[in-house]
Amino acid sequence: MSSITTPTKSESAVYRAASKQADEVDKRLQIAPGLRKQFNKVFPTHWSFLLGEVALYTFILLLLTGTYLAFFFDPSMAEVQYQGAYTNLRGIEMSRAFASTLDISFEVRGGMFARQVHHWAALLFMASIVAHMLRIFFTGAFRRPRETNWMIGILLFILGMFEGFTGYSLPDDLLSGTGVRIASGITMSVPVVGTWIHWILFGGEFPGTELIPRFYMMHIFLLPGIILGLIAVHLALVWYQKHTQFPGVRRKESNVVGVRILPVFATKGGGFFAIVTGVTAIMGGIFQINPIWHLGPYNASQVSAASQPDWYMIWTDGSSRLWPSWEVYLWGEYTIPAVFFPTALFMGLIFTVALAYPLIERKLTGDDAHHNLLQRPRDVPVRTSLGAMALTFFSVLMISGVNDIVAFKFDISLNAMTWIGRIGLLIAPPIAYYITYRLCIGLQKSDREVLEHGLETGIIKRLPHGEFVEVHQPLGPVDEHGHPEELEYQGAPVPKKMNKLGAAGKPVEGGWLKPDPSGETAALDAAREEEHVAAGEHEEIPESEASERGELVGGKARQPEE
Amino acid sequence: MSERDMSEQNSSERHGSDSDNEHLTGKDEQQPTEAELAEMSRDEKVRLGLAQDDVELVEYPDPWPVKGTRAERRAERAVAAWFSLAGFSALAFIGVFVFWPWRYVNPLADEQGHFLYSLYNPLIGFFLGLSILSVGIGAILYSKKFMPHEVAVQQRHDGHGSSELDRQTAAAELADAGSRSTIARRSMIKRTAGFGAGAFGLGTGVLVLGGMVKNPWAETGPDSLNHTGWMQSGDEKVYLRRNTGNAHEVSLVRAQDLTPGGFETVFPFRESERGNEEALLHALRRSDNPVMLIRLRPGDSPVERKGQEDFNYGDYYAYSKICTHLGCPTSLYETQTGRLLCPCHQSQFDVANSYAKPVFGPATRALPQLPITVDEEGYFVAKSDFIEPIGPAYWERNS
Ligand code: HEM
Ligand code: FES
Repeated sequence: MSSITTPTKSESAVYRAASKQADEVDKRLQIAPGLRKQFNKVFPTHWSFLLGEVALYTFILLLLTGTYLAFFFDPSMAEVQYQGAYTNLRGIEMSRAFASTLDISFEVRGGMFARQVHHWAALLFMASIVAHMLRIFFTGAFRRPRETNWMIGILLFILGMFEGFTGYSLPDDLLSGTGVRIASGITMSVPVVGTWIHWILFGGEFPGTELIPRFYMMHIFLLPGIILGLIAVHLALVWYQKHTQFPGVRRKESNVVGVRILPVFATKGGGFFAIVTGVTAIMGGIFQINPIWHLGPYNASQVSAASQPDWYMIWTDGSSRLWPSWEVYLWGEYTIPAVFFPTALFMGLIFTVALAYPLIERKLTGDDAHHNLLQRPRDVPVRTSLGAMALTFFSVLMISGVNDIVAFKFDISLNAMTWIGRIGLLIAPPIAYYITYRLCIGLQKSDREVLEHGLETGIIKRLPHGEFVEVHQPLGPVDEHGHPEELEYQGAPVPKKMNKLGAAGKPVEGGWLKPDPSGETAALDAAREEEHVAAGEHEEIPESEASERGELVGGKARQPEE
Repeated sequence: MSERDMSEQNSSERHGSDSDNEHLTGKDEQQPTEAELAEMSRDEKVRLGLAQDDVELVEYPDPWPVKGTRAERRAERAVAAWFSLAGFSALAFIGVFVFWPWRYVNPLADEQGHFLYSLYNPLIGFFLGLSILSVGIGAILYSKKFMPHEVAVQQRHDGHGSSELDRQTAAAELADAGSRSTIARRSMIKRTAGFGAGAFGLGTGVLVLGGMVKNPWAETGPDSLNHTGWMQSGDEKVYLRRNTGNAHEVSLVRAQDLTPGGFETVFPFRESERGNEEALLHALRRSDNPVMLIRLRPGDSPVERKGQEDFNYGDYYAYSKICTHLGCPTSLYETQTGRLLCPCHQSQFDVANSYAKPVFGPATRALPQLPITVDEEGYFVAKSDFIEPIGPAYWERNS
């Protein structure tokens, strides 16, 4: 506490001026109490809590780059003959949408860069949403009281999927046009109202001339608006309900241990935003994406092999490929086409189960307590295994979505790939369940082992009567024989190697060429240690908790003893 | 609002909304007077502020408790280096953006020019990205090296949201609002209000969708689901036309144009369209027009579909190119096995042994066959439109 225990009564002129300004603002808005409360907010820190942030930052990048693209893009399906800078396509008939995307790519300085950053940001956006969702799922962060935020998250994924789809359909190129053709077929497959919905969307038979303008309106206004609103609610809930945290030293259901918004969290958050932006920009510069000039404009009679959608849509393509040719005929007059089942119906089912998962789990476990502490995946084997099962299921679908490429690259029969997918989809998930379950139990056991006997030191000792034993380093108190007392399992990480207790020492401080004077390093270490100890003494720990804390932090490297 | 109310509201605001009564009084005891506040140091005020929001700074170490060490100076230089790198690469970005040749150059015309052009995008991306990336790394490094590695503990105060007083008074006021407005017992008003607002909602829905809803079955011509661009109007001949790459050129197909095992994608053409650029282009673009004209190899004798025995012309068979699964063009024709493969979901249609029946993959129905023959001048013509809807199926399709 050194910096705030040294009293500094006289403030600098800058501070006085600033506080006068702040005072004037407060007189008008009375924000001081609200503001202080906000920047006093404590956030727990863990790398996995950054995944959601990446989603937020890439969304902001999408808003910025998308707005820039909208200055130049013309969402029109009117046919024009291209006469622009890209010589290979001169004289070709194409829609204005396609031509203006070519213009963005070749005739707007830096336009290609903006397009590529927009597309990479879209892929990263969806990837970080999924990674974030997996973190929430496997740590049980969706449990009461955070079910609403889970559902908002799923909605964001769904909306992001359609936002991405409408986005990459805009250039009206051969690849995305094929995607729209498929979407048109899926729309028509919906029983009873399919053709009517198709006529609402397309204004007639596929492709018509209305789709791209409609997609454009959805892509730049409707969907981003809804997404923005949901993100606002999502973040407001995190703020209001306070973040979850992993169990550990000092951490309880009733508190939050971490850093305050000011200064550390805000600085790190801003820095991380800059890093995400930088990485996306470098990707947008160096890695080509969606080179529509290689694909050419959409044409209903053409397609190229290996037509795959962006990655977050591929699972729907996979399910369409695997579904056998089964369809339903009713009263000799009506048809439920085969495609309806693995696409519209399947997506609906998956989304419903995903949305309802917190409620399903609550029903099955009967656990409707209020939770602020996270769980480690190994401590909830059933959920973790269900998650592994779902991941395997989607992996099979995604591999099947690119099964023609797999077949080609690995020289496997295409039809065999389809059958591998069909069978794999049924048997791989249960296998994943079983393996994950055993892994969880095994990991739990290895933690318990350490808590019971201490850490393995790798030192083998021969006892007087000839027996060999491995010396263990106790983590907590020992009984009168020097054997470690068994520690309680708390679902928190335990050290597994002596190095975690500092057995390996630490590297010498210094620059690239020479080490720091050892006196300086020692003085710094000593001063820091002193600060640490002082802080520990300062903290008021209730009796009951002191012992618990000892268990979790106790165990500085000690000589092995018997 | 009476004065007492005001002051109470003020004090509860100071404590934040999630404090319950009990700890309200607990903190009131520590509430310093104005004079005491004036006497306090900034650190004391910080701690007071934290306490107000139930935050305790358990650790708040100065990262450099010994002043002027080499390690500290090194850390400072590292942060400064990242920020400087950010500045220099931003300048490099501006330089490249303005001076590097950015216009597309065809590699066939000028290979070196193309090479320089092809570096433009990577260079601007790299320098702009590196610039902001370095700002980020510098900021993170700064927070790690120079900001206290604080450990703050904040109490949550949840579990049961609000205080008993807040909940009960809020509930009472809601109930009071309901009963004093007497809406609860005026069912006629409730019903008519529901009717009014509901009908208005319906009206809005009609307004929004009304302009977009169209009857898919109103159309009966080529633009309907039942017909295609091959539909005859009057008795004008419909020729088979190939796409030469030039949308305005008319190139018709004769029997001798195809070798055995060969195939071609064809589109409808009518003499009345000659010279009409839009119609000629449109014929190549319509999604229900593409047809695969296939000349089977000698020896292939496909089973004919009932009622379509005379749709072929000798070895020549014409099938809709639009996949009956989801509408992609079934573009890949494998002569050896006589199969048409759709690259979208790998449905396979057997044309050598059957009437393009699906033999593998998700498609359920055969590709519709176009009845063709050859006219007196030797050109292929369509005898009529398809006799069934082409492309993906839908609810109203009966088969
Ligand atoms: C979650 C948000 C978003 C996602 C996932 C997304 C995704 C995409 C994708 C994948 C493309 C195709 C890019 C390409 O040509 O390769 C695209 C194009 C486009 N997007 Fe977005 N986008 C988002 C938000 C926005 C916003 C907010 C705007 C405008 C305000 C916007 C404007 C555009 C425009 C004008 C195009 C067409 C230009 C072109 O293709 O070059 N996007 N979007
Ligand atoms: S569209 Fe042809 S197999 Fe799906």
